[in-house]
Parts: sequence; C-alpha cells; structure tokens
Amino acid sequence: MNAPAPHLRDPAWIARVSWTLFALVLLAPALVVTEFKPWLLVEPDALKATRRFLADFFPPKVDAAFLGLVAREAWRTIAIATAGMALALLIAIPLTLASTSALSVSALPGRMGALPFALRQAVRWLLVILRSIPELVWALVFVRVVGLGPTAGVLAIALTYGGMLGKVYGEILESDEAHATNTLLRNGASRLQAFFYGLLPQSATELTSYTVYRWECAIRSSAVLGFVGAGGLGQQMDNSMKMFQGSEVATMLLTFMLLVGLADLASARLRRMLA
Amino acid sequence: MRVSLAGLAARHPASRAGAAPALQPLALEIAAGEQVAVIGPSGAGKTTLLAALACALRPAAGSLALDGVDPWSLPTRALQRLRGRLFLAPQAPPLPPRQRVVTAVLAGRLPRQSLAASLRSLIHPTGVDEAADALARFDLGNKLWERVDRLSGGERQRVGLARALVSGASLWLVDEPLSSLDPSRATLAIDTLTASARERGATLVTTLHQVDVATRFPRVIGLRDGALQFDLPAAAVTAARLAELYAQHEDELTGPAPVAELPAAPATAPMYCR
Repeated sequence: MNAPAPHLRDPAWIARVSWTLFALVLLAPALVVTEFKPWLLVEPDALKATRRFLADFFPPKVDAAFLGLVAREAWRTIAIATAGMALALLIAIPLTLASTSALSVSALPGRMGALPFALRQAVRWLLVILRSIPELVWALVFVRVVGLGPTAGVLAIALTYGGMLGKVYGEILESDEAHATNTLLRNGASRLQAFFYGLLPQSATELTSYTVYRWECAIRSSAVLGFVGAGGLGQQMDNSMKMFQGSEVATMLLTFMLLVGLADLASARLRRMLA
Repeated sequence: MRVSLAGLAARHPASRAGAAPALQPLALEIAAGEQVAVIGPSGAGKTTLLAALACALRPAAGSLALDGVDPWSLPTRALQRLRGRLFLAPQAPPLPPRQRVVTAVLAGRLPRQSLAASLRSLIHPTGVDEAADALARFDLGNKLWERVDRLSGGERQRVGLARALVSGASLWLVDEPLSSLDPSRATLAIDTLTASARERGATLVTTLHQVDVATRFPRVIGLRDGALQFDLPAAAVTAARLAELYAQHEDELTGPAPVAELPAAPATAPMYCR
C-alpha cells in the first residue's frame, strides 16, 4: 500500500495517538498505588472464603415476622431518600437558577458582566463545597448533632445531593438549545419568566430523568448511611452482617434490587409522560 | 417607536477582532408607525441590523436611539424594560418543542406581565381569546391546543409571528418571516403583520428575501456587504437597482427563498452517573 499524499494525511493523527499513549502511561502508577492485583481473587484461599460468605446467603430469610421488619425498614429507607431529595431540591433549585449562565441578561449582547460573573462563580463554589464532602461524613456529623436515626440521614443526603443536583441541573440547562430562552430574554422577559416559558419546557424530560435517577442513588446512599446509624434498611443490614446472618442480608439485598427497579420504572413512566 | 441610527456599526460578538464589521456605519431614521422592508443578498448584514435594533448587539461604533433614548446608556434593568417594548422575531421560530401553541403565543406578553401572573397562566392559560385571535389571523385557529412539535415548519414560523400580536411592543423587528412559507401563506402572513402593526401603531422593520413582497412595503432599504445601497419608497425600487443590489447573487433574486436554518436539535446527553 502506498503512503497517501501529504494533503490527504489526517493532521490530527499523531496528536491523537500520543495523547492516548500518554493516558495509558498515567494509568500505570494508579494501578500500583491501588495495589491492583486481580489474580488474588482466584487464589484457592480467597475462593474458599468467598464461597463460605455466599453460601450463607442461601436461602434468603422469608419468614413473615422478618419480612414485616424488612418492609417497615424499606419504607423508612424510601422516606429518608425522598425527604432528603426534597430538601436537596430546596437547596439546588435556587442555586441553579442563580448560577446558570443560560439565564444571564447581561450576557445577551455578548459577554457577561463582571459582577454577575463573580456572583455565578461564588454560587458554583458553594455547590462544590456542598458536594465535595461525602454524605457519609455529613451523616457522621449529624449523628453526633441530632442523635442516631433517620434525621441524620435525611440531612446528610440533602446537603450532598443539593450540591450535586445544583451542578448537574446547571449543566443540563446550559447544554440545551438556548434559542427559545434567549429570544424571550431579548424580548424583555424576566429571568424567571424565561425559565418557566423557555428553559423548563425545553429541558423538562432531562431534568426529570436525572432527578429520578438521583432519587434512586439516594435510596442506595441511605443504605450506606444506615451503617453509621442513620436508620433504615442499611442499619438492619449492618446488624445482620455483624451477626453473620447471611440469609437476612440476602433478603435485604433483594429488597434493594426491587426498589432500584421500581425507581427505574417510575423514571421511564415519567419521561414517557413528558415526552 | 421612533428609531434613529447615527453611524451605527455592529459586529457579531464571536467575530475576529480584525474582521470588517457585519454592519458598516449606517445612518437611518425610521418614524414611529413606519413600515420598512430590508432586502439584500445573503450576508448583507440584514439580521445584524435587526439584532442591533433589538438591543441584542452592542454597537461597535456610532449610536442607536429608540424614541430619543440611547438604550446602551441605560442601567441593565431599564434596558430590559425597554427590550420589553421591542419585539424581535428571529428567523428560526424560538419555540420549545414540547410547549403547547397557546403557551408559546402567550409567551409574547411576558414583558408586560408580572411573574405571578405569568406563572398563573402556566397552570391555566389566561387570555386564551387573545392567543386564539392572533393565531386565527395567521390561519392557525385550529392549532391552539396543539403541541409545537406536532406543527410543520411553516406553522411554527407563523406561531412565532403570532406572538408579535400579543406582545404589546411598539417596535417589531421580524427576521425573514416568510422563509418557510408557501407563496399564498406568505402573502397572508405579511398582510397580517403589516395590518396588525398599523392597528397597534407599532413600527415594523422586516428583513425579506422575497423582493416582490418587499415592494408591498412603503419603504425599502437595500443592504449589501453591510453597507446601505439604497433607501427608497417602494415605487422607486427599479429592476436596475435590484440587479445592482443582487449582482453576483442573481439566484437569490429570482430563485426561491433559502430555507430557514433551524437550529439542530441538541442530542440528548445520555444520563450516566454524574
């Protein structure tokens, strides 16, 4: 095969290959630092331990009294996730509206003014602070403040998720088609009017789908928070694990799968309604 | 609204620093209630002129006065209030696809509405008769409760124009209103626009690709390469002048209007864990 004429050669080829190689080279130290040795998983000793742990899971515990307990705790878990999400929305929505550049009036003729830019940047940093602290840490803090129980979980989810929702909502709003919103702003509508008449109908499905997905994450997250005493199914699972009750753990894991599946169903239904 | 331009030049905010402005310094007086058509080949600066008039583009040189006030000397809030008295209809209809037509039309009156009133109208539309009337005048009376994404391109364009009728603005700036309309609809649309602007005493500035339609306006402005070529009463726009205006762009003079470039629908980003 002949080499192609110089003007037919892809000018970006060298850069693409070298950046890929560079990324791979960077990955190597990461594998060393994390002591990544997957072959340990299939060593006889490890396999035996795994088998013993998993054998315990079967059969899942299904007697009525226990199922009743699981149902109650699952309900509490959903309540923690939902209440946490509601509070998170209270934090996220105003911060999103304040931080998104899609609703900037001063940016209409070209560049955003200095003061609005600084304000948006400040709100963005507030969101970074909120979400950079893991909900587990917030939960540990709130368990000290308000005591063991669901309240700590709700507050922890509210703060971290408020930060996450605020960031991603902002990104969704900015990545969507801005024509309708910009025209409204140009014709003299206020920011909030432009949001409700232009931006929201434009991005409603994406915002909904992301919110439901986050709600699902919150359900899972509340399970983890249970381990530090923030109530719900997680706390029960922690107890069962400490007592080596594999069959109870199995039942609770199955319950989680059910909850996540339901969240998925709800999301699909909502999106179809809005589409 | 009275419009006066004194040596106004404008460039697109994203243009290169050294490039010639899309609109060369231009002096122009448009009296309140006047109706003006702006014609010229593609890239003549028609849309830039409208954007500058709509206070959507800061002048690169010279100044703009609307009713004797320089909008760019106003604080942001007052400028936004002034924008509420302007109505800019971009070439691509600015309608969210999932919105209902009634809401899309009523969005035109947002500037003269309080936030509370506009939210209330989202729960149950207020002033439906107003929207219905505006739509009926564009022959869209049966589309009131449709969703925007169920409409054809031409229907969407007319919905965008119907907004002007409820806007209460005193300066209408309409960019290529006929680009996706068939000839009979185009005639209807332009007659409706001019008649409604006259009823409301609004000044109307329209860019047009259809020269034959432009000559129905009392006053025609010819732009070429960002500069004023002529500014004449319609009767004085002769074939020779048009030929000169469209030299090297004859296909645009005789051929069909170029199709509006609708902004491509953004690919919905898949929702991974973020």
